[in-house]
Amino acid sequence: MSKIPGALPARPAGSSLGVSRGLILVAVAAALLAAPFVFYPVMLMKVLCFALFATAVNLLLGYAGLLSFGHAMYFGGAAYVCAYARKELGWTPEASILAGVAFSAVFGLLTGLLSIRRSGIYFAMVTLALGQLFYFLCLQSPATGGEDGIQSVPRGLLFGALDLENNVTLYYFVLAVTGFGMLAAYRAINSPFGQILTAIRENEPRAISLGYRVAWFKALAFTLSAALAGLAGATKVLVFQLASLTDVSAPMSGEVVLMTLVGGMGTVLGPVVGAAIIVSMQNYLADVGEWLIVIQGLIFIATVSLFRRGVVGEIAARLRRGRGT
Amino acid sequence: MTDDFLLETRGLTREFSGFTAVNKVDLRVRRHSIHALIGPNGAGKTTCFNLITKFLQPSSGAILLDGRDITRTKPADVARLGMVRSFQISATFPQLTSLENVEVALQRSLGRSFHFWRSKRTLAPLREQAMTLLDDVGLAFAANRVVADLPYGQKRALELATTLALNPEMLLLDEPTAGMGREDVARTVALIRRISPNRTILMVEHNLSVVADLSDRITVLARGEILAEGAYGAISTDPRVKEAYMGKGEPAHV
Ligand SMILES: Nc1ncnc2c1ncn2[C@@H]1O[C@H](COP(=O)(O)OP(=O)(O)OP(=O)(O)O)[C@@H](O)[C@H]1O
Ligand SMILES: [Mg+2]
Repeated sequence: MSKIPGALPARPAGSSLGVSRGLILVAVAAALLAAPFVFYPVMLMKVLCFALFATAVNLLLGYAGLLSFGHAMYFGGAAYVCAYARKELGWTPEASILAGVAFSAVFGLLTGLLSIRRSGIYFAMVTLALGQLFYFLCLQSPATGGEDGIQSVPRGLLFGALDLENNVTLYYFVLAVTGFGMLAAYRAINSPFGQILTAIRENEPRAISLGYRVAWFKALAFTLSAALAGLAGATKVLVFQLASLTDVSAPMSGEVVLMTLVGGMGTVLGPVVGAAIIVSMQNYLADVGEWLIVIQGLIFIATVSLFRRGVVGEIAARLRRGRGT
Repeated sequence: MTDDFLLETRGLTREFSGFTAVNKVDLRVRRHSIHALIGPNGAGKTTCFNLITKFLQPSSGAILLDGRDITRTKPADVARLGMVRSFQISATFPQLTSLENVEVALQRSLGRSFHFWRSKRTLAPLREQAMTLLDDVGLAFAANRVVADLPYGQKRALELATTLALNPEMLLLDEPTAGMGREDVARTVALIRRISPNRTILMVEHNLSVVADLSDRITVLARGEILAEGAYGAISTDPRVKEAYMGKGEPAHV
């Protein structure tokens, strides 16, 4: 896990691209604002939540070079906390989400400190094992509603004013949350911390020899990633009004890794594209039932063996080559 | 002053499943000197470096840096104490640019390395210093090149610039001129000499003309043990040293 192919940090485009880049941004913003009037908002929100979840995984996989197979812990854990706070304790939507995020951050720090003692495939195994343990705890705990989960979570009023029962209002809120989460990830990647994190991924012994205590950098990356996964999971609760065992299950952990890989790890937009592809595929192929798993498996194999950069990574590489740099 | 040793190892030993790679080595490196560690391939030089910088745990023995026992210190903390190493196989951050490689080392002094909420642009004040360091090793022209694309000799030079960026009191250089062309070797020798005042350098080097040029004192290691120690003149005529090199079928390439 020391070297990730195609995991180039985003480089600033030349100034000649500045104007067209601005235009693209405006167009994208307009499309995002108009989207709920064209597509089914719940579907869009699902994509956004998973885009954020995949962004969290990407922060860890694409930039720290750490592959976690237990991230459903933070997604689903925050979902339970948020659902419980909202439904059983009657907290406001925003406070419930923050509670979910806080839970994931703390839980992420603790489990992160445990997992980062190993590296490579062993790291992945530890996260998988911890995830399974957490799944079992959720299954047994009375607070999570066992097999039923926590259902019919009321959406409520955001900041005491905005009615989230309205799908379009909720969409804009989810869009804002996702945008915030992605900006936070982008900032972390392009920060002094992000530079050291990249250095550790590139050559851990060298980073150590320069005096960096790498364990703390990995732990912080893990914590930030868990917190973002929690933000995605807690927000998802408001959309589906449900927190369930599916959210903390191993397939959920696998799916989000798949989204990250398909979209392109180590790229900012990769997780969004990956989430859109996988979520819409699940949607349109809902009839094929069990076969969906087979199809996802094939996509996984194809990505890992043929398009290691993922969709966004491949496009970016072609554009770079086209410009001759 | 004569007894002023910055680095000292006592009975330093490391075994790898029954095989003793480093055997009871007592090494003393005088403050502000350039000390060469030479010996045939497999003598245990790199293993010594790994032990001293705590990348490997010694099986027995002690390591003292400036009189302080660092036998149990973690490798990152050894670096923080001012002893920084380079690696035999050039160690860089390949997907970063040369400038970013040096910045990684420089930014530790800012104490902001955990600041994930700040922009990378806050590292801009380091740029000038980073450029100076690159210029010193003849790499200013490659500042914005991704390191993976640089030839080996330039990666070595970059590694030296990155090491110097920490302004360490003590440097451990593992074959700093390996893989370099004649011109780059000369530049590197000049650079090492230039930075050596007020610094202590322990250097593994196969190029004996570099060793002759730079070192105040030489320790010869063979099969994990110290074979001889002294100034270049004495070492180069020592029959035991000659035999150690010849016995390995490894004539000293000058
Ligand atoms: N991690 C390890 N496990 C087992 N044996 C090792 C290990 N590291 C080094 N050795 C062995 O220890 C001996 C000394 O190796 P070392 O790399 O220190 O030699 P060196 O003097 O640096 O040689 P060179 O001039 O070729 O770089 C070799 O026989 C090597 O195979
Ligand atoms: Mg060696």
